[in-house]
Amino acid sequence: MNGDARDGAEENHARIAQQFIEAIPHARALRMRVDEIGDGCAVISMPWDEHLVGDPRSGVIHGGVVSALMDTCCGAAVMAHSSQPRSTATIDLRIDYMRAARPGQRITARAEVYHMTRSVAFMRAVALDDDDTSNPVATATGAFTAER
Amino acid sequence: MDRNEPLDQIKTRRDSALNALVSGVPYMHWLGIRFDRRGDELTAVLPFDRKLIGNPQLPALHGGVTAAFLEMTAIVELAWAAMWEDLESGRIAPDAAMPESLPRLPKTIDFTVDYLRSGLPRDAYARANVVRSGRRYASVQVEAWQDNRARLIAQATAHFLMPQG
Repeated sequence: MNGDARDGAEENHARIAQQFIEAIPHARALRMRVDEIGDGCAVISMPWDEHLVGDPRSGVIHGGVVSALMDTCCGAAVMAHSSQPRSTATIDLRIDYMRAARPGQRITARAEVYHMTRSVAFMRAVALDDDDTSNPVATATGAFTAER
Repeated sequence: MDRNEPLDQIKTRRDSALNALVSGVPYMHWLGIRFDRRGDELTAVLPFDRKLIGNPQLPALHGGVTAAFLEMTAIVELAWAAMWEDLESGRIAPDAAMPESLPRLPKTIDFTVDYLRSGLPRDAYARANVVRSGRRYASVQVEAWQDNRARLIAQATAHFLMPQG
C-alpha cells in the first residue's frame, strides 16, 4: 500500500470511529474527539471545561473525567482490534493518578490492547496534557470483554 | 455533645456543611450528583440523564460515569468522615458562601473499579466505607447499585492522599 492509500484508510477509520463516539451521548457531552485509530489502539482527546472541574481552588479537572476518557478510549481500541469484536464492556479498570492535569489544556488518552484472547482484551492506557509523553497525568490498566 | 441542642440547629449545621462540601465541585453539579443524609450516613444519588449514556443500543450508563460517581462518593464520604468531629464540636463551620471555610478535598492516588452489571437508564445510588483513614493516606471502599441494594452494578477501592494542615 502506498502512503496516500494508507493515509486514506486511516482517515476513513478515524471518521468511522468519530461517528461511533458521536453516538455515545456521554462522549459527546464531554466533547471527545478521535485523533487516531488503528489495529487495537486508539487516541482520543477532549477539551478542558469549567463544569468538569473537581477542585475549584486550582481549576483542576476531576479524576472521574479522566476515567471516562480512558474508559472510552480503551473501548474504542478494543473495537478497532483486527479480530473485530462485536461489542465490548469494561470488566475492570485501575487508574493511577500521577499528577494534576493543567487547567485549560486538552487531555489526550492513548489506549492499546496489549493482549487479546477469545473473550478478553487486556488494556493499557495513558492520559496526557500538553506536557511531554514522559510526564503523564494518569495511567490505566484494565480488562475488557470481547464479545464475538 | 449537648443533649439539649435544638434539633433544627443540629440539622442546619450538618446539612450546610454537607452542602458546602458538595457545592464546591462543578463536576458533581454537572453530573447531577446529590447526597441524602441520615445522621452521619451518606447515600449518593445520581439521577438518570441522557448525557450519562455510554451505550445507546442497550442502553446503559457510561462506565466512566459509573467510575466518576463512585469516586465522587468516596471523596465526599472521606472528607465528611474526616471533618465530622470538628463539625460536631463547633471547631469548624463550613459555609458554601465562604470559599475559605471549605475543607480541602482528599486527592485520589489510585482508583480500581469492578463493573458487575451494566448500568440501567435509571437512577443510581452509592455508599462508601472508609476502611482506614490515617494522617496522610486513606483507603476507601465504595459500592453502587440501582433497583436492588444487593445487586451491585459496580464496586471500587480507592486510595487517597489526605489534605495537610
